[in-house]
Amino acid sequence: MARATLISDPTGAAASALTLEALRDVPPRSHRELTRIALIGNPNSGKSSLFNQLTGLNQKVGNFPGVTVDRKTGISQLTAQHRAEIIDLPGTYSLYPKSLDEKVITDLLYDQASDQYPDFVVITVDASNLRRNLLLFTQLADLGLPAVLALNMMDVAEQHGVQIDIMALQQELGVPIIPMNARKGVGIAALKIVMSRQLGAPTVSFFEPSEDLLPMIRQIRYYFNLHNDYLALHYAHQFRQISFLTADDKAYIGELVEKYDFKPTPRQAQETIDRYARINDILLNTVTVVRTEKNEPYSNKLDKVLTHKVWGYLIFFGILFLMFQAVFAWASYPMELIDEGVTWINQLVQTNFDGPLVNLLTEGVLAGLGGVLIFIPQIALLFAFIAVLEETGYMARVTFMMDRIMRKFGLNGKSIVPLISGVACAVPAIMSARTIENWKDRIITIFVTPLMSCSARIPVYTVLIALVVPPQKVLGIFNLQGIALMGLYLLGFFAAIFSAWLLKLILRTQNKSYFIMEFPVYRWPRWKNVGITIVEKVKTFVFQAGKVIVAISVILWVLASYGPGNALEQAETRVRATATQQQLSAEETDIRIASEKLENSYAGLFGRTLEPAIRPLGFDWKIGIALITSFAAREVFVGTISTIYSVGQDADMRTVQQKLAAEKDDNGQPFFTPARAFSLLVFYVFAMQCMSTLAVVYRETKGWKWPLLQLLYMTGLAYVSSFVVYQLFS
Amino acid sequence: MSSRSAQAKTSTPRSVKDLRLGESGTICCLQDPEMALKLLEMGCIPGTQVRLNSRAPLGCPITLVVGDEDYTLSLRVSEAATILLKD
Repeated sequence: MARATLISDPTGAAASALTLEALRDVPPRSHRELTRIALIGNPNSGKSSLFNQLTGLNQKVGNFPGVTVDRKTGISQLTAQHRAEIIDLPGTYSLYPKSLDEKVITDLLYDQASDQYPDFVVITVDASNLRRNLLLFTQLADLGLPAVLALNMMDVAEQHGVQIDIMALQQELGVPIIPMNARKGVGIAALKIVMSRQLGAPTVSFFEPSEDLLPMIRQIRYYFNLHNDYLALHYAHQFRQISFLTADDKAYIGELVEKYDFKPTPRQAQETIDRYARINDILLNTVTVVRTEKNEPYSNKLDKVLTHKVWGYLIFFGILFLMFQAVFAWASYPMELIDEGVTWINQLVQTNFDGPLVNLLTEGVLAGLGGVLIFIPQIALLFAFIAVLEETGYMARVTFMMDRIMRKFGLNGKSIVPLISGVACAVPAIMSARTIENWKDRIITIFVTPLMSCSARIPVYTVLIALVVPPQKVLGIFNLQGIALMGLYLLGFFAAIFSAWLLKLILRTQNKSYFIMEFPVYRWPRWKNVGITIVEKVKTFVFQAGKVIVAISVILWVLASYGPGNALEQAETRVRATATQQQLSAEETDIRIASEKLENSYAGLFGRTLEPAIRPLGFDWKIGIALITSFAAREVFVGTISTIYSVGQDADMRTVQQKLAAEKDDNGQPFFTPARAFSLLVFYVFAMQCMSTLAVVYRETKGWKWPLLQLLYMTGLAYVSSFVVYQLFS
Repeated sequence: MSSRSAQAKTSTPRSVKDLRLGESGTICCLQDPEMALKLLEMGCIPGTQVRLNSRAPLGCPITLVVGDEDYTLSLRVSEAATILLKD
């Protein structure tokens, strides 16, 4: 219904036509230059939808503030002759940045001399929420940048009974206005035509800096050669945070600010109030709201159930359960397929080729790649869930319900999403922490998420628990082994919460943690956007984390395949000699050779070197090798242990357990005492044994500081806890 | 009536935090200068009417409907306490 009214809507269509008519005299841009256009708008104003429509590039649309963290660009074919580079900027409510995201915008718009400076801006505005959306518009217009107003969500405005006299509004705002509905593609063509023209600066200004500030403003303008008073005023407000100013520049402005006794906070508050007063005047003349009936938003009715004291949490946990079910159960089928596929390729290579390069390819590269690819179904499913929850606006409700609880631990309502996803895999979980705008809350969340017990720990847990915990019933119904497993998950969860609380005490930050955010209305998800999200996340994961994990796998393979001098050859000769004496089968001999070779390889050497350090935890050199190899990924543990304890690679777990149980220490007693097993278990709960996680933390924090700190902290925590556990139990 | 207004005069100014569910109030002023910048940008201008729309199950955060548009804002109770109301 809404779509039909918009297309046939005489005001909107006529306005577009008139806008285009008025622009007939404006010269088009030259064909050769690539116009640089920045897209700016409030969160939830449909900016990302517009970006997708203009560029056709894959990009995420979220119904949640702060989704767009990185600055994204794309090329748009405006007309047959004109192409433009579109820069997608993070959603913001004003030009006074409150977070690192928003600083991206001011960094771009303050530096006129930069070659990144946009030729003009397209400002997206939610037509159903004009008053608040126009605040950013008036600030941008006052910067003097040529601008187009994309009056988005006309359909929603109409449903709300908001009627906009577009021609009058265009007159008042002094820029071309294109009414549109970016989600459905309405108005895109008209916008593209306007974008291909050589636009001038806005003809109306909305705010004049106070008279007493003019001497200061003039001096800043002169010093930096700025074209605009309002821009100079922003320099006075933000000079400490402007990245391209030199120390001298900052000192100069600092002196001026001091000299004229410029107080930024009250000035900024007054400016906002003045702007709203001006906007109210404009809206009075151009917008009428006809309330046909008391249109209680359906969102409110939904919220009565979805954020209800009891139902709210029940529904939330229901959705969580479904998500875990999907990630653990449904994802296992495609994961098996991928595993089989990689094995098949591996065998294909092995049967057709020979030589050390082939071994590197199969045991190093392909094994590493398999380790990455196998997570694709889990990542895709998790992000499908998260994208739908975000698109519909439900995620904002979850954070709303959880904020109070999470805040006590230095986290934020929004941290709940990464923590939950972390039970499947820390990699997508850490990527989902982008939705947290506050730097401190986000860093803490990223830091503690890997402590949640991910699926890669399951094989280690099950093997070791089965070894030392008897399968007896407790209180008639509970299985002791099940309780132990549950305990390990809880241990990880509490470690995460406690670490968050610790970090909260340590970390200092200037920007306050706000929870002031727009509560989006529920919307039906756009499946195309969900698809784009899945493809994007999987691509990021495979290419970013994949590079690192493959590299590490190759290094590990080299370490495990080569030894100093001819140690490996000697080991093989030794085994063959004893094998003929003991009349071992060919298969048993091969296994024995593999084990002996590993012991004498560089990896084995490292295990021996490591032994003194891990002896207080109850571990010997064999476990040392497993620890080293499983630093790439925890799943490697079982495989390494199998090789070391002379078990064929593809033996099932019971065999591994039997071998572990049969392992004797120097005194002939069983090696895996409960003390040793629990020590090892606790080590695997805490230690940061995952290259993919390190790689993704590096990517998300854009530096090595946080991943290295995380590695040190988690490994330290693992070491100390293992030490305590071993000493207590033995 | 007179006793009630006398009582209002002696008590501390009401803030958005004190609104009952569904009750509206008009913003008089914002207390915390730094927070005020954010709240102003989000449309909490003195003179604007706000209605307490809902509370999170644990009592915090809350949601407000700001102005006459269907615009819902979520904020913590501590943040709401800095928004004072006119009598």
